[in-house]
Amino acid sequence: MALLEVTNLGISFGGLRAVNAFDISIEKEELYGLIGPNGAGKTTVFNLLTGVYKPDSGKVILDGTDITGKKTIDISKSGIARTFQNIRLFKQLSVLDNVKVGLHNKHHYSTAEGILRLPRYRRVEREMDEQAMELLKVFHLDQAAHLTAANLPYGEQRRLEIARALATEPKLLLLDEPAAGMNPNETGELMDMIRFVRENFHMTILLIEHDMKLVSGICEKLTVLNFGEVLAQGATSDVLNDPQVITAYLGE
Amino acid sequence: MSFISYLINGLSLGSVYAIIALGYTMVYGIAKMLNFAHGDVIMIGAYIALLTMSQAGMSPAIAVVAAVIVCTVLGVLIERIAYKPLRNASSSLAVLITAIGVSYLLQNIALLVFGANTQTFPSVITWSGISLAGGQLNISGVTIVTIAACLIIMAVLMTFVQKTKPGQAMRAVSEDKGAAQLMGINVNGTIALTFAIGSALAAIAGVLLCSAYPSLTPYTGAMPGIKAFVAAVFGGIGSIPGAFIGGLLLGIIEILGRAYISSQMADALVFAVLIVVLLVKPTGLLGKKIQEKV
Amino acid sequence: MLKKMNKNTKSNLITYGMVIAAFVIMQVLISTGSVSSLLEGLMVPLCIYVILAVSLNLVVGILGELSLGHAGFMCVGAFSSAFFSKCMRDVITVEPLRFLLALLIGIAVAALFGILIGIPVLRLKGDYLAIVTLAFGEIIKNLVNVLFIGRDSNGFHFSTKDVMGLNMEPDGTVIISGPQGITGTPKDSTFLIGFILVLITLFIVINLVNSRDGRAIMSIRDNRIAAESVGINVTKYKLMAFTISAALAGGAGVLYAHNLSTLTANTNNFGYNQSIMILVFVVLGGIGNIRGSIIAAVVLTLLPELLRGLADYRMLIYAIVLIVMMLFNWAPKAIEWREKHLSFFRKKKEAVK
Repeated sequence: MALLEVTNLGISFGGLRAVNAFDISIEKEELYGLIGPNGAGKTTVFNLLTGVYKPDSGKVILDGTDITGKKTIDISKSGIARTFQNIRLFKQLSVLDNVKVGLHNKHHYSTAEGILRLPRYRRVEREMDEQAMELLKVFHLDQAAHLTAANLPYGEQRRLEIARALATEPKLLLLDEPAAGMNPNETGELMDMIRFVRENFHMTILLIEHDMKLVSGICEKLTVLNFGEVLAQGATSDVLNDPQVITAYLGE
Repeated sequence: MSFISYLINGLSLGSVYAIIALGYTMVYGIAKMLNFAHGDVIMIGAYIALLTMSQAGMSPAIAVVAAVIVCTVLGVLIERIAYKPLRNASSSLAVLITAIGVSYLLQNIALLVFGANTQTFPSVITWSGISLAGGQLNISGVTIVTIAACLIIMAVLMTFVQKTKPGQAMRAVSEDKGAAQLMGINVNGTIALTFAIGSALAAIAGVLLCSAYPSLTPYTGAMPGIKAFVAAVFGGIGSIPGAFIGGLLLGIIEILGRAYISSQMADALVFAVLIVVLLVKPTGLLGKKIQEKV
Repeated sequence: MLKKMNKNTKSNLITYGMVIAAFVIMQVLISTGSVSSLLEGLMVPLCIYVILAVSLNLVVGILGELSLGHAGFMCVGAFSSAFFSKCMRDVITVEPLRFLLALLIGIAVAALFGILIGIPVLRLKGDYLAIVTLAFGEIIKNLVNVLFIGRDSNGFHFSTKDVMGLNMEPDGTVIISGPQGITGTPKDSTFLIGFILVLITLFIVINLVNSRDGRAIMSIRDNRIAAESVGINVTKYKLMAFTISAALAGGAGVLYAHNLSTLTANTNNFGYNQSIMILVFVVLGGIGNIRGSIIAAVVLTLLPELLRGLADYRMLIYAIVLIVMMLFNWAPKAIEWREKHLSFFRKKKEAVK
């Protein structure tokens, strides 16, 4: 069975059908791209999958569990993590602490243990530091661990967001335009990182992207969204050669 | 008979709240900020009117005009100096705290200039009012003028916002500042105009309030200011008819609460209204919902 | 990494050290009689303000929500503990024990109010949250003013009207008398107790901030939507910060109540003006900066008392400083200017962080 199984997902905003009859099926460890023109409803799909919006139709099954209409927190606990189109870091926290917030639900000690600094506090904090540093290394951010997140350069902020999402140990990672605003060099580096994450963390990834070089370079499958509906779906090369897709999206 | 007279008193107080609330709601609608100092502009307006009458010996009409002019200038200055620099600040708390600072500043300037003593405010309305039902129901001139003033202001403001160019600019800015700017609307000027109108209304409210409740101190404006904000939220912040209805209802609730429940608990009752409204219908009676973008 | 940890810990140690040094110096000065009785009398209020400022900073600086009802929680702590102490005055004669129990009661009741008020209020945001906390603070103050409680041989009597409304037997005594409040609370608060409470408050707030829960609270402040997306329970952590802050303010209230023989709830001590005064401490000390809150509370409490001539201008100066501070710290233009001209200063600040 597929890791993510979405059927007939839809939502309307005040009469406007933003997403309609959206289906997608993502296999484990697949690298899947969601593309489409601006305003096609791609981010809305992410918001529906992560519980920011409640769908008014359809079903979302993650790894056999129905998570349709659940709250964001519960969906995060069920195993979906995401990044945001407009970067949303914890700006005043350090880079390390950003990742440690991501680790929040994987490590526990009580409020009292924290305030009294009991042994478990020290042990768990050390574990969290180590794990967070390992993640930061993957994204070449370990040198910047103690900087304030807001002071990172743009490209590193995007990478930190991915690191934070991975810290929640998700089954499915959603990346919303990870290469936006990056130069070709940075994009190339990012592609390597995404591949690395998939291999080493056995991660399933769904990403929204406009950069066709990135999409054709790393995605195995694509879904094209247009006016809130699925226009085409399938293996990347097939979809990109689909005349319908070319006219609607790429051809202009 | 006493119930009817309470009701009329409530309408009168409510009219004052409504006039103040109009200032709040317009500023909130356009600048998206809670102008905490709005209540203190009322107090300044009342002092100016008082000085014009008692020190300069001018007529009440001139006193009102003087108060309106001073408050309008004051309102625009406050916006320009204290709020405008913070319009694009990363935290919305910044401008709110600044507004609290301005409120303190106005109170303490008044304290230094006018003194802490309670001043008796001579009513600007000399008409003694009317007597109905064979003398059982007396309605004072101030009450009638206050209610009438509120109705007129409300009607003028609605026409202004709906029918005139600057009014339409206001609506455009309140919908989307960026888009309004692209359409060639002078956003800064529109926001300044909003503060000017709001502050002019505050001056009128100050004179009417002190004519009905004739004791004036530097703190006179604070409580009515906060209550008027409650009224604006009650009616739906950003909505002009909402501020009107919210103000009237709040005035009636306060006076009836004072009369029938407990005079000490009337304020608590007003605040309880705010809490209930925000929890049950956070957008108020006539407000509209805004969805957060992700 | 270790270096950084040390810096963080060092900064906290400086804060503790500063407080302890201040206490020791004052104690020495007091015991040698070189301090005026006026200044000596200010020591407990000083501790009260420091606790209030630090605890409000937890909500304003760490959680990032503006609460204008902090004095309300202080009021709850003050009245519940004073009520207890007055009732138990003759039952528990061991002063420290009685005060400790009163303290626990004041803190617990304030925490309870924090939860009760926090649950509805924390659903709101920004301006609305601020104005509703203000409303709750005022309601608490008003309710206390119509509360009459007496005790006679039949037990406790309540009324919201007046003393006669209590309907007591002739042997009854009034404990809480509406606007006249509570008289005859034992004066158990001392500078030492105040100092210990300040240290406890600091310990709780600083350690909370540097823990898993503290990070969760700050993540909500920095970006609520992102915090939810990584599974942070926003409601839980908002409520936690709000409740701990309320409980600590309750502790300050206990200190306040046991420093006066007559406790009343009026505009100056428990009204929103007081809440705003505490906010002024927090803002001037630097939002989110615990040490700054302490310094601001101490300086702003002492200064006007020491410079009596300034008394008339005190609030005026506070107001101007408040506005200027906000403009300087938050206006985009000012930030730009600072980055251009004071880059040296910024680097230094970064290093301290």
